[in-house]
Amino acid sequence: MKKLSKNTLNGFINYALVVVLFIVFQILASAKVLNNSMTGLLIPICCYVVMALSLNLVVGFSGELSLGHAGFMSVGAFGGVVMSTYLSNAITIAPLRLVVAVMFGALFAAAAGVLIGVPVLRLRGDYLAIVTLAFGEIIKNIMNCMYIGRDSKGLHFSLTDEASLNMEAGGVTIVNGPMGALKIAKISTFASGIVLILITLFIIQNLVNSRAGRAIAGIRDNRIAAEACGVPITKYKLMAFVTSAAMAGAAGALYGLNYSTIVPKKFDFNTSILILVFVVLGGIGNLRGSIIAAIVLTALPEALRQFQDYRMLVYAIVLILVMILTNNEKAASFISGMVKKIKAPKKEAKA
Amino acid sequence: MSENIKKREEVKLVSVPSPYLVPERNAGKGLVLEANHLGIDFGGLTAVDDFNLGISPNEITGLIGPNGAGKTTVFNLLTKVYQQSRGTIFLDGKDTMGMSATQVNKAGIARTFQNIRLFDKLTVEDNVKIGLHNSINYGMWQGVFRLPIYWKEEKKAHDRVLELLSIFDMADMADMPAGSLPYGAQRRLEIVRALATEPKVLLLDEPAAGMNPSETAELMENIGKIRDEFGIAILLIEHDMNLVMGICEGIVVLNFGKIIAKGTPSEIQNNPVVVEAYLGKSHDEETADQGDDTEAGKTVDTDKGGSSRNADAGKKADAGKGKNRKKGGRR
Ligand SMILES: Nc1ncnc2c1ncn2[C@@H]1O[C@H](COP(=O)(O)OP(=O)(O)OP(=O)(O)O)[C@@H](O)[C@H]1O
Ligand SMILES: [Mg+2]
Repeated sequence: MKKLSKNTLNGFINYALVVVLFIVFQILASAKVLNNSMTGLLIPICCYVVMALSLNLVVGFSGELSLGHAGFMSVGAFGGVVMSTYLSNAITIAPLRLVVAVMFGALFAAAAGVLIGVPVLRLRGDYLAIVTLAFGEIIKNIMNCMYIGRDSKGLHFSLTDEASLNMEAGGVTIVNGPMGALKIAKISTFASGIVLILITLFIIQNLVNSRAGRAIAGIRDNRIAAEACGVPITKYKLMAFVTSAAMAGAAGALYGLNYSTIVPKKFDFNTSILILVFVVLGGIGNLRGSIIAAIVLTALPEALRQFQDYRMLVYAIVLILVMILTNNEKAASFISGMVKKIKAPKKEAKA
Repeated sequence: MSENIKKREEVKLVSVPSPYLVPERNAGKGLVLEANHLGIDFGGLTAVDDFNLGISPNEITGLIGPNGAGKTTVFNLLTKVYQQSRGTIFLDGKDTMGMSATQVNKAGIARTFQNIRLFDKLTVEDNVKIGLHNSINYGMWQGVFRLPIYWKEEKKAHDRVLELLSIFDMADMADMPAGSLPYGAQRRLEIVRALATEPKVLLLDEPAAGMNPSETAELMENIGKIRDEFGIAILLIEHDMNLVMGICEGIVVLNFGKIIAKGTPSEIQNNPVVVEAYLGKSHDEETADQGDDTEAGKTVDTDKGGSSRNADAGKKADAGKGKNRKKGGRR
């Protein structure tokens, strides 16, 4: 019970952190302390936080390597945008349409997760990394030649060109191949991003501290022992993977609905690696670390604008430094030693 | 748990014309575990061959043999870590052919590992709760949304964990990470976790390895207690001859993947074939002498006198064992 309350406490600290950050950024934005480009980053930051949290479920808790997380974001983004445009007449209340679009984004991404998870997660070994890597590229290429339009009859799909959508006069092209989704109604809000983070945290934290979460962690720690305890391996690996994919899809939908256009190229291998970097830097299996790393590293390039040409160089140096400081035992003990030294004289002074 | 308690029965030695009963007691009661002509090859190496064994419910059987004899491999076959190349395994009358390790656990077999396999990063309590996985009844979303059934089932599981841990007086360690426990406690935790899966047969792979004599004595007592309270059959691999001879009703001796003798502890102690195997003859001589296991079995049956010379040899064998004991790095 003590353990449970410690976990619960940790969970509440995470919720509180997110809420406090929301309030702080909201105040900063309305007080015009943040410049325009920073304010514009608030929603993407929320999306990246959700991406990092959801990837941590696979990498940190399930112990599998996924290199195509941006692929699920892509599926969610285009799925969400198409549904939002499709439903724009049926659901006129924007926030409600956003919720529905995000749910569809999650659903589509979950379906993609099942599609690749079912064959791959049955295998032993690191096949998931290879297959997810391929998946990310395949999705990018499919979306590059995907045309989706809408007219009074409903949705039209084509993989060749815009003309072959065969739409009535007055039909709208929603997704136009390599040009991506166009004329998107921007309905995402910072508040909805924060809510999505809170929901993601809620699902992951409660999942981890339940029967299913224990099974997932057990499989990670010792697969053979988990099998010997009667835990169905594939089922729980799939559960973690699909849940993670669904969350990435939701984040993708929110992300897509924040811009007037999105292109498939946005969700490429680099984005997948970027999200993996958030997870690794924040600490594998550490949710709070994922949140902080995603925020800092998404905002950093913007904050480093003053370095101009040296921006990416400074970014890389910061990355390396953080990596050394968080993942190096010697560095960690050096820092904790320094902290003690700084604290110790104060205590003596008190005594 | 009280309905599980079964009185320990008298050992009834009944001679049955069956090559695999060990010992041939409780005949006609049905076997909880039965292996027939079990064998497995790794590439060119025949690790286990023609392994025949029957275990009655509520019986403690020892599986002994020199290093590399194939004991752990037999466990891996019985628990489906490996699929056998030959032969059949019946668990409580059910053929386990084609089952996975997960399925065979659900069917009633649980084990511990020679090289400890705990969920190191999880707490002791969570380790046991994973053992209880199939007796906790709520789904993923019921857990995520913390529905009443979640609290009810978790409470039930928590109480059960403490109850099981108290077998080994480990309830106060429930919150510690399993990886941080001392060696002996880790071995005991593995037993608790295996028991949590409610097995009919419990397989223990060198449960006393790395324990000091007093810990071993305590473990011996506890193994007996577990058998009586849970009413289950136990098959154990052990190099500590005091433990094996002290608590096993029947013993199987394995050498080079084949059974060379079966019988009661006193029969095994006095069996020259066993003594020779333990004193480490060269491989050529060994295979030449070995013969098939029915023959070896006969030798056991005929050699029932307990001379002090043979008992002595048994002890020597034990000592020799310790000397060439490898560090168990593989499973
Ligand atoms: N997966 C495997 N691949 C190849 N050979 C194996 C494998 N597992 C076991 N063996 C071989 O099978 C033989 C029996 O090994 P096993 O571990 O069953 O012995 P053991 O009786 O448990 O010995 P110990 O007392 O040292 O634990 C050994 O020669 C071993 O090298
Ligand atoms: Mg072994």
